[in-house]
Amino acid sequence: MTALGVLLLAAVILLVFVVLRRRSPAVFRRIEAYERLRKAIGLAVEGGTRLHVSVGRGDLLTGRGGSALAGLAMLRRLSEQTSFSDQPPIVTSGDASLAILSQDALQAGYRAAGAEEQYRFTTGRLTGLTPFAFAAGTVPIIHDEKISANVVIGDLGPESALLAEAARLENVDLIAASDNLSAQAVLYASSQEPLIGEELFSAGAYLGAGASHDASLQTQDLLRWLIILAMLGGAVLKVLGIGF
Amino acid sequence: MRILVTVLAIASGVTVLAGYFLAGAVPVLDQARFILTDWAVILAGMAALIGVANLVFVHIEKVRSQPGTSLYSAVLIIALFGTTLYGVIAGPEDSFLNFAVTAIVIPVEASLLALLAVTLVYACIRLARRRADVMSVIFLVTIVLFLLAVMPTPIGPIPVLDRLILGMTGVVSGAGARGLLIGVALGTLLTGLRVLLGIDRPYGGN
Repeated sequence: MTALGVLLLAAVILLVFVVLRRRSPAVFRRIEAYERLRKAIGLAVEGGTRLHVSVGRGDLLTGRGGSALAGLAMLRRLSEQTSFSDQPPIVTSGDASLAILSQDALQAGYRAAGAEEQYRFTTGRLTGLTPFAFAAGTVPIIHDEKISANVVIGDLGPESALLAEAARLENVDLIAASDNLSAQAVLYASSQEPLIGEELFSAGAYLGAGASHDASLQTQDLLRWLIILAMLGGAVLKVLGIGF
Repeated sequence: MRILVTVLAIASGVTVLAGYFLAGAVPVLDQARFILTDWAVILAGMAALIGVANLVFVHIEKVRSQPGTSLYSAVLIIALFGTTLYGVIAGPEDSFLNFAVTAIVIPVEASLLALLAVTLVYACIRLARRRADVMSVIFLVTIVLFLLAVMPTPIGPIPVLDRLILGMTGVVSGAGARGLLIGVALGTLLTGLRVLLGIDRPYGGN
């Protein structure tokens, strides 16, 4: 029942913040990786190069699906912003369901920008179904497809180091985040501006995806403070010898 | 049509969630949860077939548009059709088909794993040059200490030091990992809620 209570509380807070954010947009702290991403979008549109977006290999039937959904929300926004570029973005994924949804998100972005006829389904690719097959299928895209920046957001493991190395060899930006702790450590060492922990889920809000993403971020902050207070309160009660 | 898709998605999500939380009170919800999850598994299986078809189309296009530089694409298509055809005729238990996996796929993945180890060491060396701040120094020092504690030596584990290092790094890294995981869990919760409430529609909506 506690879990259900947390879920309902989160839903209520989210809805309240959605209403509030529709009236006045939120202001967030600066995250260097997202500043780089904004510049990369501008450069890709103006320079005739393309973005490579990878939404990882998060299985939507497991808890890893959350990061995959966050990647899809970001992809939807990116495809809208870059749909008028000469070179459309290429999307890679390591899960079949996710690959289909990524094609759908790409198409929805093109549709929203009024350029649906430019959408090609071959720009959303399944590159491999195991971690290393995914990396082996994605690395040639970074090398061969005139990529100006790589955006890797989703569930990935240590194999993300191979993508980071490919980006380094091509001397192009890598903006990367994962929900996996091993991948976070790897990306901390190998990407220019690492995104840590829940920063993965803020991509939509920082790319201007709308009030719901702003509200989601603020709800996360509020819930985090509640968890901190609960932990501190629990520790104080424990010290005082009060059990519950 | 989009409204129907949205209603179906939200109804399915709410039913599965309600079945998870209220299984004891309303058994029919639990049954509905399993039926819907089974359907999702079948759909995911079909998605794998569509994904493989997508892979084939992408590489056929590559062979057609860049005939001089697409040798790997051609090899992929031939190998895919060859093993699929052979697997359909001989069955999944065939020894040659198993040999193809154990002698080709597993060694290739193992060699990529070895490459990964070298790549990670190199990334750590470059980190010291590229971003020489306090956090990077802590990161690198922790790695070195941890490797010292777990590495094999001629005299076995380094006495006292190994347990001291593992204890210290264990407490600090454990606390950090929990903090990160709480953040990820909150992000996952809110992302799921956005989809469940129909605010975000990753299935072709607006």
